Amino acid sequence: MNARIGWIAFNTFREAVRDRVLYNLIAFALIMTAAAVLVGQISIQIERIVVVNLGLTAISIFGIIIAIFIGVGLVAKEIEKRTLYTVLSRPVRRWEFIVGKFFGLTWTLVVNTFFMALGLFAALLYVAGQYTRADLWLLVALYFIVLQFFLMTALALLFSSFSTPIMSSVFAFAVFLIGTFADELHDVAQMLPGVSKFLVNGLAYLVPNFAALNVISQVAHGEPIEPRLIALNSLYALLYSVAAISFAALIFDRRNLK
Amino acid sequence: MPVIETFGLEKRYLVGFWRKRERIGLHPLNLSVEDGEVFGFLGPNGAGKTTTLKLLMGLIFPTAGSANILGLPHYDHRVKARIGYLPENPYFYDHLTAEELLEYLAQLSGVDARDRKRRVQEMLARVGLTESSRMQLRKFSKGMLQRVGIAQAILHEPQVVFLDEPMSGLDPIGRREVRDLIQRLKDEGRTVFFSTHILSDAESLCDRVAVIHKGELRGVGAVADLTSRVTGEVEVLWQGAAATPALIALGAEVHATGEIGRATLAETQLDAAIDAIRRAHAKLIAVTPVRSTLEDYFVERLGPGASTSDAPREKTGVRG
Repeated sequence: MNARIGWIAFNTFREAVRDRVLYNLIAFALIMTAAAVLVGQISIQIERIVVVNLGLTAISIFGIIIAIFIGVGLVAKEIEKRTLYTVLSRPVRRWEFIVGKFFGLTWTLVVNTFFMALGLFAALLYVAGQYTRADLWLLVALYFIVLQFFLMTALALLFSSFSTPIMSSVFAFAVFLIGTFADELHDVAQMLPGVSKFLVNGLAYLVPNFAALNVISQVAHGEPIEPRLIALNSLYALLYSVAAISFAALIFDRRNLK
Repeated sequence: MPVIETFGLEKRYLVGFWRKRERIGLHPLNLSVEDGEVFGFLGPNGAGKTTTLKLLMGLIFPTAGSANILGLPHYDHRVKARIGYLPENPYFYDHLTAEELLEYLAQLSGVDARDRKRRVQEMLARVGLTESSRMQLRKFSKGMLQRVGIAQAILHEPQVVFLDEPMSGLDPIGRREVRDLIQRLKDEGRTVFFSTHILSDAESLCDRVAVIHKGELRGVGAVADLTSRVTGEVEVLWQGAAATPALIALGAEVHATGEIGRATLAETQLDAAIDAIRRAHAKLIAVTPVRSTLEDYFVERLGPGASTSDAPREKTGVRG
């Protein structure tokens, strides 16, 4: 990573922190505390399932919301406020700006996820009394959630490179919902005739497969994750993010700033 | 050797929602600015000054034509490290302090890490913001933001500095400070290209000016030449109220305040006017040829109907 991308990423992270994005951690802490206390009366095994399910789902939802809402404004805000003028009149290439913004927001989300994960593990210790070997799979689930954030941030940047922030948010949410039900979409496609089958199948392949990155239920039940899935998901998220960011940079490179 | 050259640089926009119409932001512009010059880009609001600067900065793309800066295409990556730019009504990251902003922009300009802190402090001192350096920019006034804008434009010691309306939003003291700063940049051998609609600033600072109106270049000239053209009139200043009727009788435009009289008349009537003053036993104070001003040139270039008031004339000359 070149130095300019690093500085842009750092400034994006600093802006997110100073704009109080990390305040969502307070809401998360309250959810985890309430969950840990409330499930105290249920039996040991279900306590763990509830806390893991709730904790990982909250981490995922909070992060996706941040990725979409901050992501669609990353470039639009800089154009609107014209802060971009003093950046792009320097030896900064437009693609470097896009990539820097991407890393800035994903780094913010990684830090956010790290603190939430600490809260989740603390809640888990509180309800279960001790950690087991199966808890290690939680780290894989958290890693997959971070991969979801990479995809969502890349898509938010892509949509905002040619659309307004509001429309970009709508597109991003739609893609997230479709991607979450990508497997079901394939099932639906099997029941359709001819061209419709082809189109629905195409859509299911086009949107990122968030379903494949969701192993919350498995790890809540202490089931292991196959190493092959970890490798394939990593490769998939990497390729998809690179493609989305490349398109975003390509579009932004030709854009007249108002 | 020219440091800025444009070759038929042109910008057209499509406006309207349903029925797109073409609007010309900039007619083909051919311009060249020499090394070390302070070049004023003059025009009324909406004339195309900002469009030209945005084209040169690569923020918008030309419909036709090209531009070179420092002998390279204006969009070349290497050019950007050697130029500075102050946008019109600059706005910066709210969450940063002035010091942090300059540090960030110095990093992006590739200023060496060892020099960075020193350079930032020097710039803050140069624009008079040392005391506010740790205050978040959201709390800055318009004038303070303008100063930060100027500091960031010259932070990396660029060879060519582009300033879009640098005096905008500044009080008289601030304007004077910016004028001094531009003069200092010139003394340091840098080329300054600045847009303005305040003619007195251009007249006091620029070596050459260009006038642009409705996206079209209307004229280019050296300020010294434009302001040294004699108009064929002289201004006479004297002490002694008794001479006033004689001067009026000569057809001069006379303004008298107490004992001091001032008359503007044709150069051919100067001898008669001096005789009249002597005959009235009044004291001749000064005779000054009336010269054209930049404003005269500006109004003339803009064409009929462009001016809203009569252009006042400025006097320069030898005391009598």
